[in-house]
Formats: sequence, C-alpha cells, structure tokens
Amino acid sequence: MNKTSSRLAPAAEACAQPAIAFDGVRLDFGGKCVVDGLSFTVAPGEFACVVGPSGCGKTTLLRLVTGLLSPTRGEVRRLGVTVDGPSRDVAIVFQDYGRALLPWRTAAGNIALALEAMGVPRLARAERVAALLDKVGLAGHGDKYPAQLSGGMQQRVQIARCLAQGPRVLLMDEPFGALDALTRQALQDEIARLVRDSGATVLFVTHDLDEAIYLGDRVFALQANPGRLAEVIDVGLPRPRDQLRTREHPEFLRLRHVLFDHVQKTH
Amino acid sequence: MSRRHIDIVLRALPAWLVPLAFLGIIELAMRASSIESDGLALPSQTAAALLGLITDGEIFLRTAETIGAIAVGVPIGGTLGLLLGVWLGLSPTAARLASLSIELFRPIPPVAVIPLMMLIYGLGIRMEAAIIAFACFWPMLLLTRDAVLGVEPRLIEVARILGLPRRKQITKIALPAAVPRIFTALRLTLGIALIVAVTTEIAANPIGIGYAIISAGLSLRPEVMYAFLVWLAILGWLLNESLIAMHRRLFGAAYGDAAT
Ligand SMILES: Nc1ncnc2c1ncn2[C@@H]1O[C@H](COP(=O)(O)OP(=O)(O)OP(=O)(O)O)[C@@H](O)[C@H]1O
Ligand SMILES: [Mg+2]
Repeated sequence: MNKTSSRLAPAAEACAQPAIAFDGVRLDFGGKCVVDGLSFTVAPGEFACVVGPSGCGKTTLLRLVTGLLSPTRGEVRRLGVTVDGPSRDVAIVFQDYGRALLPWRTAAGNIALALEAMGVPRLARAERVAALLDKVGLAGHGDKYPAQLSGGMQQRVQIARCLAQGPRVLLMDEPFGALDALTRQALQDEIARLVRDSGATVLFVTHDLDEAIYLGDRVFALQANPGRLAEVIDVGLPRPRDQLRTREHPEFLRLRHVLFDHVQKTH
Repeated sequence: MSRRHIDIVLRALPAWLVPLAFLGIIELAMRASSIESDGLALPSQTAAALLGLITDGEIFLRTAETIGAIAVGVPIGGTLGLLLGVWLGLSPTAARLASLSIELFRPIPPVAVIPLMMLIYGLGIRMEAAIIAFACFWPMLLLTRDAVLGVEPRLIEVARILGLPRRKQITKIALPAAVPRIFTALRLTLGIALIVAVTTEIAANPIGIGYAIISAGLSLRPEVMYAFLVWLAILGWLLNESLIAMHRRLFGAAYGDAAT
C-alpha cells in the first residue's frame, strides 16, 4: 500500500501508523454477536471499500470507527490512538440520509452546521458553503429545505456537510444508493478526486461490487453471522480512474470475476 | 340529471351547509311537532338570542373574562411545564427522580383543585387562571419531555460527530427538532384550558362564558344557553384553525410532513 500512502504527507509519525486499525474486534448487540474477530488496518490515504450481504455488519463497522459504538472486545484505533468517542477528524455519510439532515435548516444551513461546529466565522461560512454546494452539484439549491430535495440531492447535502468538516477519515455508508447512474458516476469521480486532493482515508460501504473495484485501493468482503472479514482484494488499477477505460481494463474484469465468485460462494 | 352532473354538484357543496341544513331540519321538525320543553329552543330563537348578545356586547364581556383567565393561566402553567419538560427530556437523572412525583400529581383532576384555589385566591380571574395553569402544566410537561426524548437519534449523532459541545447540541439540534411537537402540545393544552375554564365557571366562578351558560339555564332561558354553546363551538373552532394555520406557516416548508 505504499503507492497510496505516499499521497499523504502529514506528520511523519502519523504515516507510520495505520489510519484505522481493528484489533480482534467483537461487538454484541443485546447478547447477539454482530461482528467478531475483525482485525485489519487501513493505511493513511487509502481508499478501502467494504462489501457484503445485508446485515453482515457494514454499518456497524463504520460506527465502530466513529466511536458512536464501542467494541465489546478488542480495540479500534485511529492513527494509533484508541477510539473512545466521535472526533471532528472523522466524518460519516449516513446510510439513511433522510434522517441525517436537520429538516428545519436549508441545504446551505445543514452544510454550515459543520462550519459552525468548527467555529468558522459567519462571513467565511457563506463562501465555503457555496463552494461545497457547487462541488456536489447543488449550486442554486442552497436555500431549499431537505423535504424539498430528492433523495439523491439530500445525500449530496450530507456529503457536502462531511467535506465541510475537512476530515482525515471519511466514512461513507452506501452513499450513492439513491442516485441515478449518471449522477452516481459523476460523484464517484468527484469523491475519488476530492479524497486524493485531501489525502483523507476512506472506508466506503457499497452493495455494488463494480463500484467497490472502481473506487477502491482494496476491497474488504464481509461475511454474515457473525459479521467477519472473508476476503481482502487488492485493486491494482491505475489512477486516476476513468469510467470507460477502467471498467474495460482486463484487470478490472478479472477482479470483478474474483469478487463475484467469492460473493456467490459466501452468500 | 346524469351521474356526472350529480357528481359535479356534490363536489361543489361546501361543508358549512351540513350544520346549516341540520339546524334547518331541527327548526322545521320542532315547529311541526310543537314540542314544549324548558331545555329546548328553536334554532331561530337561538340565533336571535346570539344576535342580541352580540349587539348588547354581553357576549364579548363574557368571552373576555374566559379568554383573560386562559391568557394568564396558559402562559404560566405552559411555560413552567415546558421548561421542566425540556429539563426532564434532557436529563435522565432528573427524569428518574421526578417520575414518581409526576405520576402522583398528574392524575388529580384539575377541577378537584377548585376549592383549594378558592381558598387561596377567592373568586375571580386569578383563581380560574391558577386552575388553568395547574391543568396545563401536566400535559405540557409530559408532551414536551416526550418531544425532547423523541428527537431523531441520528441528529444527535450528527451533532456528536461534528463535535458540537453539549450545550450547542441542545440549542442547535435537540430543541429545534422538538419544536414542532412542542407546538402540537401547546395546541392540545389550549384545548384543555378552554375546557377547564368553562368547567370552573360553571362549577364555582361567577364570571365568563361558563357562568353565562349556567345562569341562562337556571333562569330558564334555553335560547341564551344555546347561543353561548354555539359561540363556544365557534370560539373553539377558530382557536384550533388559527393554531393549525400558524403551525403550517411556522413549520410547513422547513419541517415537511413530519410536522403535522
Ligand atoms: N441497534 C441495534 N440493536 C440490535 N441489533 C442491531 C442494531 N443495529 C444493528 N443490529 C444488527 O447488527 C447486524 C448488522 O447490522 P448492520 O446495520 O451493521 O448491517 P449492514 O451490513 O449495514 O446491513 P445493510 O447492508 O442492510 O445496511 C444486523 O443483523 C442487525 O440486526
Ligand atoms: Mg448498513
């Protein structure tokens, strides 16, 4: 993973540490074991995708990284530090976008919330919000309320709010599920670019195996009951990736086969 | 007339025709059957009485007394209930410690404190306002607490992820999220206030619409009694309609359908 970690140039000791490390993590919900024996690391600046059947614990995994959930056993570390709660460095795009936006605030107001939390002065906020709206393709929709936006637009507001945080770690839970194919591809490329520019580490949950290969440096395939890591696939496709050429790349097709075979086996 | 024509006519009918037609039928039926009773009055007599009460201003005087008591009692009881409700919604410890006391006090029917309030305040607006405040305090307390407890947990998580300090989590997320439901609580509370006000006036307090109703009844003037009842119905309807309109104005676009 040297190739990817070299994109980032923060403090040297941070580079030596994995951005995210799971160490024998187990989590029980009301006596039921949801995930077990999770051990893996994600390097700084790496784009890691997570796939797996519904209910295998993908969302749970992301919530463990945020610190909204604590493991029953084992340890989750961010940049070498044990996670004991949410941090502004870690942003998450929630799966249920409809509930993650403040309904009484406009799209712009929702994005501004992140800036308010960081203490950005009022005058500077408007400009940055406008830039973020533009970035996610919502220029001109800033004064609409979430109830007046489509699902895909709400999701983009959520993404913009996360970007406003300027996170070192970006967690995304099926962020593009509600989007049409074209918007989806545009946002895939946009996210890939933004992430590369910011050097953020990404954990990206998706149901779409093609999307996982297209975006990821690695793909983690989970298995259900209890949720555990079944397979890790290295994606050696060159970057920047291209919607047409990458998807026609022989390596892309090979990985697609590997992943599909694997998913068929474990489903 | 064809089926389609009937449909068009039916769809054009306004809803206020129904009570009007109802009154018309009663008028005709009563005239035809010539029933005599102290408890009955012709709708036309009632209308005449209502008009008389309006022209001589008595109805406004009575209404001012009742509304006055409500206007004092609801803000006092409602605000106290609101503040305590927010606190109990935010602090599990406070909620646990208060729960027994609430469950003990809450079942007391507001009218049961009439004698107590009479002892403290005598008769008049103050004692009525105190009873209304007592009656409004409990639903406001409980509904506000539930509104705060019912705030979408995802939004609190968003606040935590963004690193908002606890105080800002409350002012920027929890309270605004609870506002529509608190407003609904206020609507309900005002309805309760009207009931309690009129009840108090009928049972003990010689002011307001309730007293006018019972006086009319005791002096065998059913048409006046009906006039006040009709007036009460109109008042209650106006109150609710204006609150609903206000609700829509305040929270319509911003809160989507979740508000209603
Ligand atoms: N709050 C909770 N209480 C109890 N069980 C839970 C809770 N949240 C999740 N679970 C259980 O944990 C398991 C994993 O849930 P999780 O939401 O992580 O799945 P997922 O992989 O994200 O699924 P999907 O692809 O459908 O979003 C599920 O079996 C679910 O029933
Ligand atoms: Mg999920």
